[in-house]
Parts: sequence; structure tokens; C-alpha cells
Amino acid sequence: MSLLIYFIIVPLAAAMLTALINVRAKDKASIIPIVAGLILLGLSLYCARQLNFAQVLIYKIGGWLPPLGMSLVVDGLSGLLLVAVNLISLLVLVYSSKYMRHYTDDWKFYSLFLIMLCGMNGVLLSSDLFNLYVFLEIASLSGYALVAFGVSAEDLEASFKYMVMGAMASIFILLGIAMLYSYTSTLNMAEMAQALSTRPAGFLISFVSVLFLAGFGLKAALVPFHAWLPDAHSSAPSPVSAVLSGLVIKTLGIYALSRVFFNCLGISNKVLMALMFLGALSMVVGAFLALKQSDIKRMLAYSSISQIGYIVFALGVGTPLAILGALFHILNHAASKSALFLNAGTIERAIGTRDINKMGGLNAKLPVTGYTSLMGSMSISGIPPFAGFWSKLLIIIAAVQAGQIAYSAVAVIVSIVTLIYYLRFHTKVFLGIPAQNTAEVKEACGAIKWPVIILGFICLAGGLLLIPSFRDFLNRGVDVLVSGINYKDAIFQAVK
Amino acid sequence: MNNQAGMSLIVKTITRLTVGLIFIYGIYIMLQGHSSPGGGFAGGVIIALSFIHLILAFGRKAVFQKMNEARGLILISSGALAFLLLSTLGFLGIFSKGLMPFSDAAIALLVSSGLFAMFLVLIGLASKEKKQ
Repeated sequence: MSLLIYFIIVPLAAAMLTALINVRAKDKASIIPIVAGLILLGLSLYCARQLNFAQVLIYKIGGWLPPLGMSLVVDGLSGLLLVAVNLISLLVLVYSSKYMRHYTDDWKFYSLFLIMLCGMNGVLLSSDLFNLYVFLEIASLSGYALVAFGVSAEDLEASFKYMVMGAMASIFILLGIAMLYSYTSTLNMAEMAQALSTRPAGFLISFVSVLFLAGFGLKAALVPFHAWLPDAHSSAPSPVSAVLSGLVIKTLGIYALSRVFFNCLGISNKVLMALMFLGALSMVVGAFLALKQSDIKRMLAYSSISQIGYIVFALGVGTPLAILGALFHILNHAASKSALFLNAGTIERAIGTRDINKMGGLNAKLPVTGYTSLMGSMSISGIPPFAGFWSKLLIIIAAVQAGQIAYSAVAVIVSIVTLIYYLRFHTKVFLGIPAQNTAEVKEACGAIKWPVIILGFICLAGGLLLIPSFRDFLNRGVDVLVSGINYKDAIFQAVK
Repeated sequence: MNNQAGMSLIVKTITRLTVGLIFIYGIYIMLQGHSSPGGGFAGGVIIALSFIHLILAFGRKAVFQKMNEARGLILISSGALAFLLLSTLGFLGIFSKGLMPFSDAAIALLVSSGLFAMFLVLIGLASKEKKQ
């Protein structure tokens, strides 16, 4: 599968080409990025289809076998996330082709965005811990710059905070990787799992687990490590918040966390307990902090923390059903949160404020935004038949089956709290008496409307992924995580 | 050349004598990188230093006639793109060896223009140039 390398080449080349062409000619900066996004989406769908025939797709760079050379690997889990990442990035790029016009030098946005996309694809593809770290840094660094894109004082402060916390996370992760490397003399994840399985799990593994938990927890914004997220996600331009909240914290945080813990270190009961506790804590804290926010994007950012809590909690429960719920919730949350952040951007552009109290009656003026926001928020709060309902149901059923009654009660209560703050958001912004500042608001054009319509449709129809003929798409991802450190055997088999 | 801008006559004379040597030394380091100490990054840094040297000695006007921010940005992207293109050719099997000097040249282009642009931003000349 030499096609896998194009997941990295295409966004990088598109980023450089956009920068090269648009230094002087500044119009139509969005064409190359959108074409690149289409190619990437096609590639990821093709890979997802190829996974029907092979358990693992592998590309050995330069033909070198893994202990010596590096390889790119797509398995069920990364195939699933590749489709989500590239689909939502394409929709966000289409949206920003209109939205980012108002910023000066919007080609810089596209360049940085594509480099971030390259980083995320690289994290999903790499089978090597150090490669994973490098791509994680690529995605994070362009993320820091994108958060500061508006260059107002608030943006720069948020970006600085994000950068300091992100650098701390990177240090933790790098230290963990260095320790594992000194212990096992290899960086390839399959080889490392092999080496670790022959040695006793000593103090070092626990220490490395803590480092990774803190590092990836910071990237994923789990609760003790969440302080950067509300600032960064609310002050970034809306397309950036949509991607940061919908994709970046999931690929850099949750995917990397689960890949390292489940497939490389081998999951232990202590780690599962820690994940479950941190997940439940994030759920509760995020939801209750979101209740009081009057800034739309800040509310959405806290809601992201809460939903990340659901995902990590489900990973912590650790049964196949719970992991299915977690992966499904990753997809649902990505779709609905991107739709909501994009809509928040449309609202901010239309009436010039993000304050929930200065809005009202927008549904009459912006019907598309109103209804897609309704779909997104209902999906996140878990109202049937929207997709979010099914994933939350799976998570709660799995928690009850695993005997975690107290935690599952917490999950149900937080779901109700989620519904409360999304209904508050919806009634204040879209229903009620139209506020004065909405008088001149007009419905946006096609490039702004269609991406959120598609995302809203995914929120509505995403539940269909659970019916048996589509279910393999999710189940393959579940199989990868459930197989734990035996995952290495699949890699060794594919390498030969 | 304007005698008022920049540093004293001594510095200017020495600069005039040395800057070409520094530039050529950068190119030498860049091209020999695959077989001796050095390489694209080190060579690029030395090339960028020759331009920075010129700014320090003669003032910005003399340098901006040859090199400005937009040109620097174009060079950065074309350097990165050239490096990517070379490696893609390798993946496609068109080249299998002998690429190192070319890759080093691409990296040197990227690093020298990138470092120069960074220098302009850090000393605040990039924004001043736009206003003029």
C-alpha cells in the first residue's frame, strides 16, 4: 500500500503550494486546499474499503523492514479516524473558503491548516512512537499558530497558554518515550509490545504510564489538565475551533492515548481505573462549568471537555461494548461539535457578538444555522434518534454491565445537564423575541450552509452505523483495541 | 550607496571583502554536507548570516533592494516544495541515489530564507517595510 505515504505528502505539498502561489496573488486561496481535501477524503475512503480485505495495511518506507526502517500502518482504529479527520477537514475547508475571506492573509490559515492536517494524518498512520511524537508536535505547533490567527490580545493570550501547556505535554510524552526506548531498545510499537511482554512490569512502566497519562491527558484536555482548552477553543477563528475541538483533541489525545496504552504498554486495571475516574471527573466538571457560560464558544469548549470525559470513561470501562461506544462517540462528537462551532462562527459574524444574552430569535433569520445547531446539540445531549443517543446508550449499558453502577448514574445525570445547557443555548439564541442587532442579518451563502447541513445530516443519520451491514467499520476499530498487546502479532504477520 | 546608513567605513569595507566569502563558504558547506561535516541546515544558516551581515553593516535599504519579505516567503515555500518533490520522486522510484546534494540545496534554500525572514520579524523590520 504505497498509497499511504500520500496522506502525508498531499497536505504538505498543498500547504507549500498555497503559500507559494498566494504570496502575491491573494484571491482564491482556498482552491488548492479544497482539492487536497478531496484527494485525502478519497484516499481515506479507499483505505477504509481496503480494510475489508486485509486486517492491516502497511507501507514500509524504502522497503526496510520495521525494526530498522519506519513503516506506516492503517488498521481498523486508524482507518476509522482517518475517514473522520479527512471528511471533517474537507467540510471545514469548504466553510472557511467563505468565512476566512474577512481575515488578512487567509492563505496563511490554509497553509497552517494543511500542515495541521498532515500532522493528524501522520499521528494516525505512524507505527513508531517517535514518529508519533514528531507528527504530534507538527500538529500542535500549527495549532498554536492557528489559535493566534486573529492576533487580538485575547487570541495571543490563549495561544500562549495553549503553547505552554502543550509544551509541557510534549515534554512528558518525550520523556516517557525516552524511558521506554532505554528499557526496550526499540521505538516500533509492535516490537516494543513484544519486548515488554517478555520483561516484568516494574516501577518504570508505572512511571511511564503516569507520564503518558499526563501528556496525552493534556493534549486531550482531561479535567485536571483542561485549563488551556476553553481559552484556546473560544478565541480561535471558528473553523479552527471546529477542528481543534472535533479532531485535534481526539487524534492527538485519545487516539494516541489508547494506542499507546492498549496496544503498546498493555492495559492494566490500575490504568483502567484511572481512565474511568478521570473520564467521570471530566464529564462532571465540564458539564457544570458549561452551565454558567454566557459566551457561546466557551460553552461549546466546556462541553467538549465533558464529552471527552464520556469517551475516556468508556475506554476506561474497557469491555468491547464500551470501546464500541467510545469510538462511536468520537465520531458523533466530532460531527456535532464541528457543526456547532461552525454555526457559532456564522452567528458571531452575523451579529458581531458571542454573548448569549445579547441574542434572540435568530431562527427566523438564519434557519439553516438554527436547525443544524438543533441537530448538533440534540446529538450531543443524547436525544433519540440522533447519533449521540446511541453512543451514550452503548456507553451507559456497558458501564452497567461492567458493574459500575455509580459511574453510570453519573453519566446519565451529566447527560441531562448537557441537555439543560444546550436547551438554554438554543432558546436564548434561536428562539424568543428577536434582539435588536438581528435586524439586518441575512442567510449565509452556499459555502457556509452546505458543510453544516452535511454535518447535521451526519448527526441525524450517524446511528445507522450501528446496523449490521455498516457495523464492521466500527467493529474493526474495536477489535484493534480489544486485542491489546496481541495487536503486535497482526503487525508482524503483515510485515512478512 | 548611502554613506549615512549602517555602520562605519571600516565595517563596511571589511563586510564588502568578507560577505562573498561567507556566502560561498555557506554554499560549500551545503554541497559537501553528504560526505563531510555540514549539510543543508548548517549551510543555509551560513548563507542567511551573510545577508544578516549585510543588513548590519549597510542598513536595511541596501538589502531590501535584493531581498524582501515577499521574496523570502516565496523562497521558503519553494525550498520546502523542492525538498518534498525530491523525496516524492524517490518514493515513485525515479531516483534511487545521488539525491543528497540536491536535497541539501533545497534544505539550505528553506533554512536560509526562513532564518532571514525570522531575523526580519524579530528586529521588527518586516512591518516597517510594509508601511513604506
